[in-house]
Amino acid sequence: MWSFHNIANFVNDWLSQTFNPTLVTIIEMVIVGVCVIGLFAVLGLVLVIMERKVSAWIQIRLGPNRVGPKGMFQSLADTLKLLVKEGMTPSGADKFLFNLAPYIAMMVAMLLMAPLAFAKNFQMWDMNIGVLYITAISSVSVISVLIAGWSSNNKYSLMGAMRAGAQIVSYELSAGLSILSVIVLTGSLNINKIVLSQADGWWIFKGHIPVIIAFVIFIIAVTAETNRAPFDLAEAESELTAGFHTEYSGMKFALFFLAEYVNVFIVCAIGATLFLGGWMPFHIGNWQGFNHVMDFIPSSIWFFGKTFFLIFLIMWFRWTFPRLRIDQLLNLEWKYLLPISMFNILLITAMAIGGWYF
Amino acid sequence: MFIINYLKEVFGAVKSLATGLRRTMYYFTHHKEIITQQYPDNRETLNFPERFKGEVVMPHDENNEHRCTGCTACELACPNGSLKVITQFNVTAEGKKKKAIDKLVYHLELCTMCNLCIVACPSDAIKMAQTFEHSVYDRSELTKILNKPGSKIMEGVE
Repeated sequence: MWSFHNIANFVNDWLSQTFNPTLVTIIEMVIVGVCVIGLFAVLGLVLVIMERKVSAWIQIRLGPNRVGPKGMFQSLADTLKLLVKEGMTPSGADKFLFNLAPYIAMMVAMLLMAPLAFAKNFQMWDMNIGVLYITAISSVSVISVLIAGWSSNNKYSLMGAMRAGAQIVSYELSAGLSILSVIVLTGSLNINKIVLSQADGWWIFKGHIPVIIAFVIFIIAVTAETNRAPFDLAEAESELTAGFHTEYSGMKFALFFLAEYVNVFIVCAIGATLFLGGWMPFHIGNWQGFNHVMDFIPSSIWFFGKTFFLIFLIMWFRWTFPRLRIDQLLNLEWKYLLPISMFNILLITAMAIGGWYF
Repeated sequence: MFIINYLKEVFGAVKSLATGLRRTMYYFTHHKEIITQQYPDNRETLNFPERFKGEVVMPHDENNEHRCTGCTACELACPNGSLKVITQFNVTAEGKKKKAIDKLVYHLELCTMCNLCIVACPSDAIKMAQTFEHSVYDRSELTKILNKPGSKIMEGVE
């Protein structure tokens, strides 16, 4: 049967027969890199048109509908526009850091792709500390925002960057605690093991209400971490023009834009992996017949379906809720999400020790 | 007590957020609610909301009669002087002098569509039309005379 796993094996076999092992490793790395860049481009195009259509329909508008069938090539046209625009560097800016910041943002997004399990047995790097790696690398993204804001030599940019710093640092806590709740139940930091532990039901169903609360907190926290509305204080158009990327134009701006959407994809993929079973099909306990029917749907479709469901959820939030003020934002984290998730993880630990889950 | 209030707050917040989400989901799934009109394409079937204000017009009936008494209330109400009432005195059959309008001059280029003249008019002689394609090649074309030539006031409008 057709699957990503078979394609990867086929390529690997063919390369092993043709070249020597060192060259095979190098070629495979190049192939993976090209695939990641390709995935980035496709994700950028798909998510931008998806966001524009979702926002339009939520706001009772039509959305882009001129370029291509139903406006589906609008994001291609946008990309072309951004490619031909001049990438300006302001004369007062710290030129090295100014040009470095978008690449750090992209690099973080690329590094985060490594441990994701896109389909059954299809993963770039199956490491035993996958979740820890993700939480560690995702904190680096704040550095790119801070560098961009500081090096722009612009008040708006600096304020946006400072807000983003405060926001990401505080929301990482509750995101980490809700990730921890699944790790407590699974007993492993390995992405593959976490997915396999959900073969008889996803954690959101197996873990009762505490895991559902953890999931809700996770979604809120990652929305804040990716700087999207209602937590888009870092770029708050009405207050700071465009926040940390005010001074960026052309392709450098496009890289920030792309990094934002890829980050949304990644956090949703992590959420899908931890709470909704990743590539694991929808299984109910011991219903053999039902489980077999579900197994016929390819694992990659399950993974991308769940991820895009979560992405839709985050877009739905973005176009429904008004933006929070900075004090409300920090209140929400420190007075509500953090205490609740701390209490929640206590409950889940008790659950895990007592074995009170399916 | 504190913890009860705290939980109440959390549940209240979740409930109000859910209300908003339900509304946007309704709009997301019901595409018939979309109000966008693709203007140059649907010029024939344009559908305006009732309150759309395009320009001031004076409706005339089939006998070329209007309802304007020439009271100048609209001129007084207009904040930027886009209306000018020029009155004349007609002599009626009984030999009485009666005030009537000669011309009601309307400067579309000055008008901000504030609707104050329509509110001020005591005899409902003028109203807002839903035309909006006002571009012309010469500015003088924007100065319009609202009453049609040869028109007179309707019977019974004082």
